[in-house]
Amino acid sequence: MRRRITNYFIFSLTSLCALLAVSVLLFILGYLLWHGGRSINWAFLTQLPKPVGESGGGIANAIVGSGKIILIATLFGVPLGFLGALYLVEYGGTRFNFAVRYAADLLNGVPSIVIGIFAYTLIVLRTKQFSAWAGGFALGIMMIPTALRSTEEFLRLVPRELREAAYALGAPQWKVIVTVVIPVAMRGILTGIMLSVARIAGETAPLLFTSFGNRFWSHGLNEPTASLPVMIFTYAVGPYDDWHQQAWAAGLILLLGVLLTNIVVRLFFRPRTA
Amino acid sequence: MPAGLGARFQPRFFEANYWISLTPMNEQIATQPPEIVALSAPPSLLSSSWTRRIRMGDLVARGITFLAALSVLVITVALAWELYKGSVPSIKEFGWKFITQKTWDPVFLSFGSITFLFGTLITSVIALLLAVPVGIGAAIFLAELAPRAISSALTFVIELLAAVPSVIYGLLGIFVLVPFMREHGGASLKAALGFLPIFSGPNYGVGVLTAGIVLAVMIVPFIISISREVLLAVPREQREASMALGATHWETTWHVAMVYARSGIFGSIFLALARALGETMAVTMVIGNTPQISASLFAPGYTMAAVIANEFTEATGDLYLSALVEIGLLLFVMTMIINALARLLIWSTVRKQGAAA
Repeated sequence: MRRRITNYFIFSLTSLCALLAVSVLLFILGYLLWHGGRSINWAFLTQLPKPVGESGGGIANAIVGSGKIILIATLFGVPLGFLGALYLVEYGGTRFNFAVRYAADLLNGVPSIVIGIFAYTLIVLRTKQFSAWAGGFALGIMMIPTALRSTEEFLRLVPRELREAAYALGAPQWKVIVTVVIPVAMRGILTGIMLSVARIAGETAPLLFTSFGNRFWSHGLNEPTASLPVMIFTYAVGPYDDWHQQAWAAGLILLLGVLLTNIVVRLFFRPRTA
Repeated sequence: MPAGLGARFQPRFFEANYWISLTPMNEQIATQPPEIVALSAPPSLLSSSWTRRIRMGDLVARGITFLAALSVLVITVALAWELYKGSVPSIKEFGWKFITQKTWDPVFLSFGSITFLFGTLITSVIALLLAVPVGIGAAIFLAELAPRAISSALTFVIELLAAVPSVIYGLLGIFVLVPFMREHGGASLKAALGFLPIFSGPNYGVGVLTAGIVLAVMIVPFIISISREVLLAVPREQREASMALGATHWETTWHVAMVYARSGIFGSIFLALARALGETMAVTMVIGNTPQISASLFAPGYTMAAVIANEFTEATGDLYLSALVEIGLLLFVMTMIINALARLLIWSTVRKQGAAA
């Protein structure tokens, strides 16, 4: 009898744990909707920040800045990861593959702030200026491991028979890869890339001293550039109530962007399981 | 027993636990076509221009992709090298004192990082103490109790939770948790347990305990999804044997499944620890940023990641900057070791499984 009761008691405790974990997401979402929702309007999305102390103003420059940085990161990180994975799957030998995978896993575990330091010493110190390039480089490095491992996984899922059929027709290996292997794996690879974009979109730490921040439009890619996460951070730790209000609103926009990408990608693009 | 207990699935790359992939790295499936040997043999006989063109195409494709793969290696090595190179002035100046010394004084250029090490470790320990029981409890629920549909729906939500940017956690930390700790949570802890040194001293709301709580919330999703996966990988026969001996469901879970999955679950905890050590934004926003070592958990502190985030752009002078880079190097080495341990632990479970199957 006592054992029976323990059984029920402990299992109800575990369900409480699960409930607790899940309710955190609802709490976060609800709180941000409640606090941030009312300050989101067209002006907020399309105006520049007002001078410090004046209320009002928007986050247009941060949204555009984030877009620029994410674009640079994607154009830098995704091709490296994608092509690297092609080599691992199609050509690489065991030892080289092990080394590359090990490096990618290591890179994935490096704290984002440390990657920021790397981008700083490599780009900001050399060019002597904060820029969208440096921020994009830092985030791009964070994308490489994800792009590499997801591409690799989906390339390996391509059935062997498909390749063999193409080889049997006399196609050279590169042609088989380009016309058969990649199209079959494309859906999965795209899913991986979109999820890693969503992940770096919210990264703040590596941008603090690479793209820095800017209260105005940045012209070109060689200037300090505002970004949504850094702006949220600056506004949240700042002393003005109006800034706090805007931090909530900007936070809601960032959160919705990240969550919606995740939901859409996971539900609708989810590749069939092998 | 719930359906699908015997099911083993590889985590997909978009799940939090993909990065400790249950397959060991060196175990790869051969996709290299043996046919290519046959293909490359004839050209020496035919040696017409189109076969040469084909081989050129292959050579170019191979070269380009090789460069990309190589660049991953190069970037990783360059990262470690730049960190080391950047910290050389500081290493030369302070040596081991950098780790043991308490003062952090940019004016007199005397730098020691022990307060930051302490802050990083203590917040991570608090986070683990809070997150591990909840995380494992939830994982047991998802793997053992919940019907399949509910389990996968909840797992989906937990994956989403893992995707929430850390600055959002920081935002809620500053404006929700800090006032709560100041007015209710901290006060009631003090009233109940104030005689303990760890709950002594003034309670400002910001501090080590608050940072630990925020971290705990952030790492719970990782512990849940990996532990769940590991528990689901326990073979059905193990449970059935235990149930047949008359053990209750809970006894089976605790004495059989958990024991079987032990090292994998420890792996998930180490992985969560590595995340907690390197987490920057949320901690910076709630820890109070004061370099001190205090027995009280209410006292403000400072972590390694936080000091880099706060002082890097204002660091004047090479030695100051170099000291901050050295903290980054320490952080890099710490997370590298812990990540490696996590992988080893998780692989050892998988090996066992391979032997049993």
